[in-house]
Amino acid sequence: MEESYPEEYGPRWSDRRVERMLGALVCAVVALLLAMIVIVFVKAWPSFAHNGLAWFGAGGNVDDQLNAIFLSGQAGAEYVYTFHAWPLIWSTLLITGGAVAIALFSALFVAVFIVEFAPEWMSNILQPVVRFLASVPSVIYGLLGVLVLVPFIGNHLVSEPQKASVAGVISLSGYSLLAAITVLTVMIAPLMVSIFSDGLRAVRPGWLEGSLALGVNRWRTTWKIAIRTARPAIVAGTVLAVARAIGEAVMLAMISGSVGFAPNPADGAIFIFEPSRPLAPTIVKNIDQLSSPPANATLFAIAAVLLFSAALLSLTGWAARRAMRKYGATA
Amino acid sequence: MGAPVATPPATPPPSGAPPQPGKAAVEGSATWRLTDRIGLAICWALGLLFCAIAVAIAVYLFLQGIKYLRPSMLVTPASAGFTQGESGGFSDALFGTMIVATMGIAIALPIGIGIAVWLVEYGRPAGLARITESTIEAIAGIPSIVLALFGTVIFSSTALGFLSRSSDGIVFGRSFFAASTMLSLVALPLVVASTREGLNSIPRHVREASYAVGKTKAATTRRILIPASRPQIATGAMLGLGRIIGDTAIIVVLLGATQNFAPVEGAAFPFNYLRGAGTTLTNFVYEASPTGNLNQPQKAYAAAFVLLLMVLALNAAVDVVHRRARKVGAWSS
Repeated sequence: MEESYPEEYGPRWSDRRVERMLGALVCAVVALLLAMIVIVFVKAWPSFAHNGLAWFGAGGNVDDQLNAIFLSGQAGAEYVYTFHAWPLIWSTLLITGGAVAIALFSALFVAVFIVEFAPEWMSNILQPVVRFLASVPSVIYGLLGVLVLVPFIGNHLVSEPQKASVAGVISLSGYSLLAAITVLTVMIAPLMVSIFSDGLRAVRPGWLEGSLALGVNRWRTTWKIAIRTARPAIVAGTVLAVARAIGEAVMLAMISGSVGFAPNPADGAIFIFEPSRPLAPTIVKNIDQLSSPPANATLFAIAAVLLFSAALLSLTGWAARRAMRKYGATA
Repeated sequence: MGAPVATPPATPPPSGAPPQPGKAAVEGSATWRLTDRIGLAICWALGLLFCAIAVAIAVYLFLQGIKYLRPSMLVTPASAGFTQGESGGFSDALFGTMIVATMGIAIALPIGIGIAVWLVEYGRPAGLARITESTIEAIAGIPSIVLALFGTVIFSSTALGFLSRSSDGIVFGRSFFAASTMLSLVALPLVVASTREGLNSIPRHVREASYAVGKTKAATTRRILIPASRPQIATGAMLGLGRIIGDTAIIVVLLGATQNFAPVEGAAFPFNYLRGAGTTLTNFVYEASPTGNLNQPQKAYAAAFVLLLMVLALNAAVDVVHRRARKVGAWSS
């Protein structure tokens, strides 16, 4: 191919030219991300501007508000933006918090088990199992949740008197916090396990051997030395899992109940059977309303909140890992 | 406690095998305090629970899939019908998944390799390199539903009307082009990460040997470094494919709420389909679940089973690549 190419231009794939081309590509991707952040916030601005901080507060029925916003987008009507997202935010906090707490606990134990304590045959089984659980598409988890877990909760775990006790407020059909947290835990725990166990494997053997030589048993050595050294990896895995949990839209749209209701811990134990709807599924459920300008702004406002949480999260993770770098571990 | 412990562990490793380097000498839990032994019991319990969940999911989906999947479903498109027997199959969804996967990875792979090469081989100025790393990390952390919403803004703009259906200046914004482009962003961080890993694992002297015979940096990258990191690139591509195939939010928003191909009239053959709306297996499962618009749980199980098989095949392929790469051996440095 060099024949038709004028020799005096220098080599066609000269280093400088390749570097510039790749540099341009990199700049384009960075610019794309910046453009995305700017566009999402610009699109979201009307909703935030009309509501102020009350956007994040409670008040009224979210679903009615969303409906009114959508209808006001029809020709001739004056746009309505009133939106108080607290039930959605509270649901996100509850579901994400619950799932991440359970997943963090179990993922730590399972990662320690895989790396240190499991006999070889067991860790040979567990590693593919973890990878399998991590790679099942979320919509399949959602389907199994809807067809298996939700009916089970609705028929066997919630009693009729319990259903009757809140019948005037909300119907307990199995679409619940419990179902959402359970399935979300199964989704994010494998992610954590794989990152945690990579971190545990990277711990320098000499440190562990030193501890063992002092007569500390293997269990204590693992928890006092290996886990502490692997803390950056634990933070990284947790941050990734939280990001996944906050952004999970489709699975939660299927099993969270899709009601703009804030489950109230004051209701006692049945509050985990109450339905709700986090932020991300709200976008999926109302995606048909994008054509209505005020609804469009509201949905983008939700997306902006998600984007902001994701950014905040990775910043936190970065800061935490930076602070831990002095422990000499790699993440 | 420090002395070699007489009690063998509950399940000894295969006898005869030399102790693994880096692993602590095997010490039984019999001498531990009760709290430590309870901890180990929790480990076992949770490990077994993980296995049980995985087996339950796999077996249950497998049984439901065998029960409801008919070969005809793979070749008949969905159609309107009153019962699940009348409403056809999901061939359009199956093809849609393949189209989206091919196009998505075709976009993500060159861009991802380019970024990884720049980061590892060039990386100047250092500030830009750091920004790029954070950008890739940020893209990995952005929820796909946000990417999808962003996609509606881009692809509904009149300038990009040629990528989807448009009428009277109003751009529909839902097409295979739109969905694949945004899905490639989902795969991009995985491709970049594993390509970087591959490039970083090549020792310095390989590059120096190539420079010494007069090759430019660019030629070295193209002829030596990228071929040498092919296993990692393949791994990244397949991990990315898995994410693309499994993503639902972007499909629901950017590909359309239809269950059939909706080709655009008046366009040449591949483009009329690619510019039109369509569906994928994930979207089909979502819509066919009891919370969706179709409510055909049997078909949802069948489609979910096919989807799971595809994901498992990808997983197995990653394994094969890994094993072969390990057999070829690492660079001796």
